[in-house]
Amino acid sequence: MKLLKILAPAAALIALPALGYAQEADVTPPNGEIGYIFTTFMFLVTGFLVMWMGAGFSMLEAGLVRQKNVTMQLMKNVALFAIASIMYYLVGYNLMYPGDGWTVLNVIGSFSMAALEPVGGSPETDLTYASVGSDFYFQLMFCATTCSIVSGTLAERIKLWPFLFFCIILTGFIYPIQASWKWGGGFLNEMGFLDFAGSTVVHSVGGWAALAGALILGPRIGKYKEGRTVPMPGSNLTLATLGTFILWLGWFGFNGGSQLYMDTAGNVADISRIFANTNTAAAGGALAALLLTQIMYKKPDLTMVLNGALAGLVSITAEPLTPGLGSATLIGAIGGIIVVLAVPMLDKLKIDDVVGAIPVHLCCGIWGTIAVVITNGDASLGTQLYSILVVGIFTFVVSAVIWFILKAVVGIRVSEEDEINGLDMAELGMEAYPEFSKG
Amino acid sequence: MKLIIATIKPFKLEEVREALTAIGVRGMMVTEIKGFGSQSGHTEIYRGAEYAVNFVPKIKLEIVVAASMADQVVETIAKTAQTGKIGDGKIFVLDVLQAVRVRTGETNADAL
Repeated sequence: MKLLKILAPAAALIALPALGYAQEADVTPPNGEIGYIFTTFMFLVTGFLVMWMGAGFSMLEAGLVRQKNVTMQLMKNVALFAIASIMYYLVGYNLMYPGDGWTVLNVIGSFSMAALEPVGGSPETDLTYASVGSDFYFQLMFCATTCSIVSGTLAERIKLWPFLFFCIILTGFIYPIQASWKWGGGFLNEMGFLDFAGSTVVHSVGGWAALAGALILGPRIGKYKEGRTVPMPGSNLTLATLGTFILWLGWFGFNGGSQLYMDTAGNVADISRIFANTNTAAAGGALAALLLTQIMYKKPDLTMVLNGALAGLVSITAEPLTPGLGSATLIGAIGGIIVVLAVPMLDKLKIDDVVGAIPVHLCCGIWGTIAVVITNGDASLGTQLYSILVVGIFTFVVSAVIWFILKAVVGIRVSEEDEINGLDMAELGMEAYPEFSKG
Repeated sequence: MKLIIATIKPFKLEEVREALTAIGVRGMMVTEIKGFGSQSGHTEIYRGAEYAVNFVPKIKLEIVVAASMADQVVETIAKTAQTGKIGDGKIFVLDVLQAVRVRTGETNADAL
């Protein structure tokens, strides 16, 4: 999306009369700088909204795991965010946005570290876009989000260090390489693949990596007994609800910022449209899950309604701009239905996903990517499906190889005794709620 | 003296306490318990998976009163705690051999 949109504002700027730099007494930025300033500002604000999604994932996951594993879940979420930040700086950014520096044209980007512009900016700064710092900061948050998706699925049984090692590979290589195919201007972008804010590039990638991990790691002890699924209720649905609302808030940055420009009235109108569509899709997803669980199970399930809201958000992420409020609501609502049906289906397959990340991010990521063709005439169903497959196969296969290597070399699962006693005491020696009874 | 042990539905506790105080009961012991009787648990659904709740939360009351008052206490509890639905609880009456008030050393009827 970055390359496609760079041309229009650039052309607009050339058409403007050259105003040059303002006189020293006049501190109003010259016209050419105003777009740059607003877009940069927009990236900083939407970037910290996406950063806050890290808090959302932490709270959601802390609430949906059992009390004995809460500290571990929080530890993984903080650590993976830090790892994503460092890895994106060391390799990820330029691997994802190589410009002309592809290692393998349109497939593998450039292996170099991210660098900011000089202090005070420079006369060579490209005023048609935004500052490198704001772009790097904004894009890094998407990389961290992808990684957050994985931790919830594998909760309550995976060892800390092998998980963190996987995060290094995911954030430094898997995510940036496949993201370059679309957002870096690579071969999927050339084919006309459309994914506005990352239903495929972010969410399904997190989902595929989580699915590979869940298959290789196996279900929690006692989760599937004699053909039955044994529920393991989460420790704190208050936190899970807070986490969901934080994610919902952060998503305005996620989708809104992906407009990538805030330098014209048209762009500002589009960002507003994206905010409204994003919100209504979440509402559609939550309501669909509320109604469907009431009908199917006679009592509504809060955890499913929370998943439903997130499902709506993931579903609208591939195209939050072109739908109207009505179609955005329906796209989100279908996401909510998919989640309610996919959760028990995964259990039937004995794929243990503690927080429902695979139904939310993978299933609805695929749905959202397909749904682009409903409202965006530029999208082709064939290209969308091809891109879903290419990204899916790449991410799943590479993730599976890494998980297998980790399993063979160091082991990825804690011992049976440690799993039953809880990862908090076994791996960390501290509990989230030391003064609560064990119930 | 009689010890009356009653299990009741938790939401009936306050009503039962008021009714017993009104007929002159001056003390009781209350415990939150779990158990099963003819209600024998029920099932719930979490994220699409059904699970059995084998032990249902109840309140256990233990009340010691003079033998002459026991029938009235049993009647009052039975009347107040009744909803007519399964799981209303049970009442047991036992003999008590001795009672002592710790503060004063008074015994039996004086200690109640």
